[in-house]
Amino acid sequence: MSPLLALAARSAWNRRGTLALVVFSIALATLLLLSFERMRTDVRESFSQSVSGTDLIVGARTGSVQLMLYSVFHIGGATNNIRMASVDAIAKHRAVEWVVPISLGDSHRGFAVVGTTPAYFTRFQYADHQPLRLAQGRAFSGDLDGLYDAVVGAEVAESLGYRLGQKVVLSHGGGGLPGSEHADKPFTVVGVLARTGTPVDRAVHVSLEAIEAIHLDWASGAPMPGVVIPPEQARKFDLAPKQVTAALVGLKGRVAVFAVQRFVANYADEPLMAVLPGVALDELWQVVGVGEKALLGLSMLVAIVSLAGLVAVVMAGLNERRRELAVLRAVGAGPRHVLWLLAVEGALITLLGVVIGTLLTVVLIALAGPWVQARFGIALRLAEPGLSQWMLLAAVLVAGLFASLVPGWRAYRLSLADGLSPRS
Amino acid sequence: MLEIEALRFAWPGAKADTLRIDSLKIAAGETLFLHGPSGGGKSTLLGLLAGVLEPSNGCVRLLGVDWSSISAFRRDARRAEHVGYIFQQFNLLPYLSVLDNVLLPTRFSAHRAARAAEQAGSARAAAESLLARFGLDVALWTRAASMLSVGQQQRVAAARALIGRPELVIADEPTSALDTALRDGFMDLLLGECAASRSTLVFVSHDERLAARFDRRVSLAELNHP
Repeated sequence: MSPLLALAARSAWNRRGTLALVVFSIALATLLLLSFERMRTDVRESFSQSVSGTDLIVGARTGSVQLMLYSVFHIGGATNNIRMASVDAIAKHRAVEWVVPISLGDSHRGFAVVGTTPAYFTRFQYADHQPLRLAQGRAFSGDLDGLYDAVVGAEVAESLGYRLGQKVVLSHGGGGLPGSEHADKPFTVVGVLARTGTPVDRAVHVSLEAIEAIHLDWASGAPMPGVVIPPEQARKFDLAPKQVTAALVGLKGRVAVFAVQRFVANYADEPLMAVLPGVALDELWQVVGVGEKALLGLSMLVAIVSLAGLVAVVMAGLNERRRELAVLRAVGAGPRHVLWLLAVEGALITLLGVVIGTLLTVVLIALAGPWVQARFGIALRLAEPGLSQWMLLAAVLVAGLFASLVPGWRAYRLSLADGLSPRS
Repeated sequence: MLEIEALRFAWPGAKADTLRIDSLKIAAGETLFLHGPSGGGKSTLLGLLAGVLEPSNGCVRLLGVDWSSISAFRRDARRAEHVGYIFQQFNLLPYLSVLDNVLLPTRFSAHRAARAAEQAGSARAAAESLLARFGLDVALWTRAASMLSVGQQQRVAAARALIGRPELVIADEPTSALDTALRDGFMDLLLGECAASRSTLVFVSHDERLAARFDRRVSLAELNHP
């Protein structure tokens, strides 16, 4: 069969113009399938790595997925804040070991600003109970001397080129609106966190008191006209936070988790809710899963369409190749050789398309990876294809093989019927 | 060497037989001129001789073996071993070089490859010597077959039919696309090479001026009684 393989390759090369288009479409389908699969696994990975060691997340009543999304991933906004008094009450619960309040809403050049307490740097854990680590500098102290201190995540430092001592200005809300900057109260970077691969990398951390301070002369999301409180003056005000966005809660033992959850849910002074991060993530997957399936279905449709294109192109060319098939029959090729020839051609084209598609995927991830990381905080890994990706590649190849049997079978029939004199 | 007995052939779906030949015997080394009007079943007969088509009744024997008595697989192999075939036109695979086109039968049959090698040392040398004798310039050998003129293509086709000295060479109006001067030159070369390799030649044409150069002429119209 090896002379046939050479023949198939030469014959295909002769028709490379048309076949290149087919290869290209198969490559695109492969690219779609692979990059989608990579995206899917990496998104899951980075989401499920984002928080660990936190037993409950407390916030205003809303959907548990939404609470999880805004408090941990800084996606979307809180519907309501919760009172600091409620957080203090939860902290006093006998089963609770620690509480870290979080105040969100401001931003710095597209990165979320997280107002919190110094305890955040010792209590927050990600991945497999990894604590946060400072790559440079120190955490903010939380007292008035260090009021305007900021600790930035690895991604913030890297993409904005920040070092210790850098002055940063926070923006109110998502930023971007003119005059929405807290320009009168610049912060100083005192610490840079080591990379975690979680949303922490993309956050600017300041103290809760600092959040209060920069909003002293603000009301309803805008600076109060005629009121200017200079940074030094701000220290004289009561900066104890009245409200926060959410709180991370750690328990003394996992057993009490439902008791504390109930305590929070039944808290009389204010409607609150507490979610278990793992449960909320599962819920998130259920929501996302529908979309994932739809996307995977679409990618598969693209693959099917490109394989149908392969069949169509080879079939359409078959009529013009009847002379070629007759010549092959005359020199001793059997109908089965003809079947083989066409099947091998289809298989080679599919293989080539899959290989090019895989290479395109690598290039795409290498090129777009940093952008996706910066923009969405999802670390796309340039890793070896996983089992599911190998399965997808194999599925495309097998489907391509079967698809090429269609023109192969037609050629087989034709060469039987034509013999040595093609009759049209 | 080649025998037809009580042959009946009808294309699938056709009501009447296309061919009904009671008997035809061709001796080894004989050159036979077969003529007849277009659409008279000439190409069909050649398909039967080459073992590509199967008769509905009767038998076609090449070297004493009935094509119908062996499997389709063996028929293809046997055709590669013993038969050289020249088409009216479009003989060559356009994507192969001239040399590779000539070598095609040796790729499908180890027997043909061995005989070619026996003749000239290697299959490639045999192909080169045939191409040289058919007057094709060395510069053309590595060219793609599609670059050649029709006259050159037909000579390459003849070289391919003759490589490895098959017992039977079948030519289906190979000169119909050639002008008179080219045609005569082609006939000289073809008949000369067939004689040199002692191959039987079955040559189909409607150009009866060529008939005089053959051992025997047979009219398909007289042979066939449908």
